[in-house]
Amino acid sequence: MTVALTPAIRLSEVSKVYGTGRDAVLALDRVSLEVARGEFLCIVGASGCGKSTLLSLVAGLERPTVGEVEVGLGRPALMFQEPALLPWLTTWRNVELPLRLRRAPRQERRRTVQRLLDTVNLAAFASRRPHELSGGMRQRAALARALAQEAQLLLMDEPFAALDAITRDLLHDDLLAIWQANQLTVVFVTHNVHEAVRLGDRVVLLTSRPGRVACAWTVEMPRPRSLDSPEVARMAAEITQRLHEEIRRRGR
Amino acid sequence: MAGEPAGRVRPVTLAELEEDLDALQAIPTTSERAWRRLIRAVVPRVSAVLALVLLWQLLAVLHVKPSYALPAPGDVWASLVQQAREGHLSEAILNSLRRALVGYAIALVVGTLLGMAVARLRVLRAGVGSLLAALLSLPSVTWVPIGILWFGLTDATITFVVVLGAFPSIARGVIGAVDQIDPVVLRLARSLGARGPALYWHFLLPAALPGYLSGMQQAWSFSWRSLMAAELIAISPQLGLGLGQLLDSGRELADMPLALAAMIGILAVGLVIDEAIFRPLERMVLRRRGLLAR
Repeated sequence: MTVALTPAIRLSEVSKVYGTGRDAVLALDRVSLEVARGEFLCIVGASGCGKSTLLSLVAGLERPTVGEVEVGLGRPALMFQEPALLPWLTTWRNVELPLRLRRAPRQERRRTVQRLLDTVNLAAFASRRPHELSGGMRQRAALARALAQEAQLLLMDEPFAALDAITRDLLHDDLLAIWQANQLTVVFVTHNVHEAVRLGDRVVLLTSRPGRVACAWTVEMPRPRSLDSPEVARMAAEITQRLHEEIRRRGR
Repeated sequence: MAGEPAGRVRPVTLAELEEDLDALQAIPTTSERAWRRLIRAVVPRVSAVLALVLLWQLLAVLHVKPSYALPAPGDVWASLVQQAREGHLSEAILNSLRRALVGYAIALVVGTLLGMAVARLRVLRAGVGSLLAALLSLPSVTWVPIGILWFGLTDATITFVVVLGAFPSIARGVIGAVDQIDPVVLRLARSLGARGPALYWHFLLPAALPGYLSGMQQAWSFSWRSLMAAELIAISPQLGLGLGQLLDSGRELADMPLALAAMIGILAVGLVIDEAIFRPLERMVLRRRGLLAR
């Protein structure tokens, strides 16, 4: 993929250090990365590779120690591994929360929430509370809430890692449909290489301790891609191979 | 989709698949019938009281103690009825309830403000936090002499003792509730950009509600106990009759049935407030959040 005129995200020589003195940990080491508008970027790496740190920097929750982070799409929406639904609110109210926070008028709130619940197939569960939903339904509600922020940039930190394989596969389809329909830019962090190849326009491999960009692949297979297809499997194997090499090199 | 022929060609849509999977995975919600719930709530409580009364009757019949020291349940009941008929009982209950509620309301305001200040300001944490723990274990009876010296034998003394007995529970409840807010909630609030009043209204206050409620519940029982301590000691004609004073007049007159009747009144009021107000509130909050097994 060619880089658009103004990238959605640009990280230039970004380093992040946690702690000071002898306890200092270098989480990210001179990471440079550009994400184009409308791109679906997947970031893979073993644990401790600073994937979550990278997302926090892009989300503006943390500042880089060195380097520059530019985000050209306004405040991004974030999704975590846990759905983080508020247990005292119904599904409807949880999805409505970002709209309430920006004081959207009642009519708009109603229309938007209804549309989003339809999008993630949860309209029938609008009045349920989170503890009455299954894991996949909770994560769909969290997705609807993220969409309610009406951000152009969606940052996802292993959002489907805690789900079973069947549910995860369905949510991949949901997510891709939503991404295409809303022309979103997505940065999707995962440790699941197959997931990355199934979803992404591009897959970036981060090394561990410190996190560096080791390699990047452009995924040119047409969508919809199946997890079982030989092309996906071949590419996933290649990335996994490279991932293992990195782990062995850093582990010593 | 069971009714369709085996060789169907129409592919299953994503929405249909998800719907079926949801139906399989949805956690069923059970709702018990109201009368069954009522029976299950009432029967064990009534049986426990009956068993106690039976045991008491048995001890009375066996003359474990002389009857002026351990009157039979019937005698106490008669005394209770007599007090009720003469209007002393309702007067005592109303006076005591009023005093307890006034003290409780003040303790609620003081405790909530103090608790929030301690929870928010790190400087206050170590010092005031441990002071509150010490206050919590200080029997509120110990405030009675000071109260009498400062305010004389007035309602203000009683209110003073109740407030000092109850506010540490409220403050500790607030501090604990704020400390135990799920970090996930805080992270969500941050990522949604919630600040100021919106942060409190949509995130912090509801997240702290269960801990706050249990602090309120504990504070109620503390204020009721403190009230009785105060009423037993602070006795004067200007003060008006409370349940504690009723109990003390039983002691003074060596009227054991009256003393026990007053005790039953004290027990009953404390229990009714707890069961009628605090428990249902707590259950409602916990049930909504899926934190209650039944």
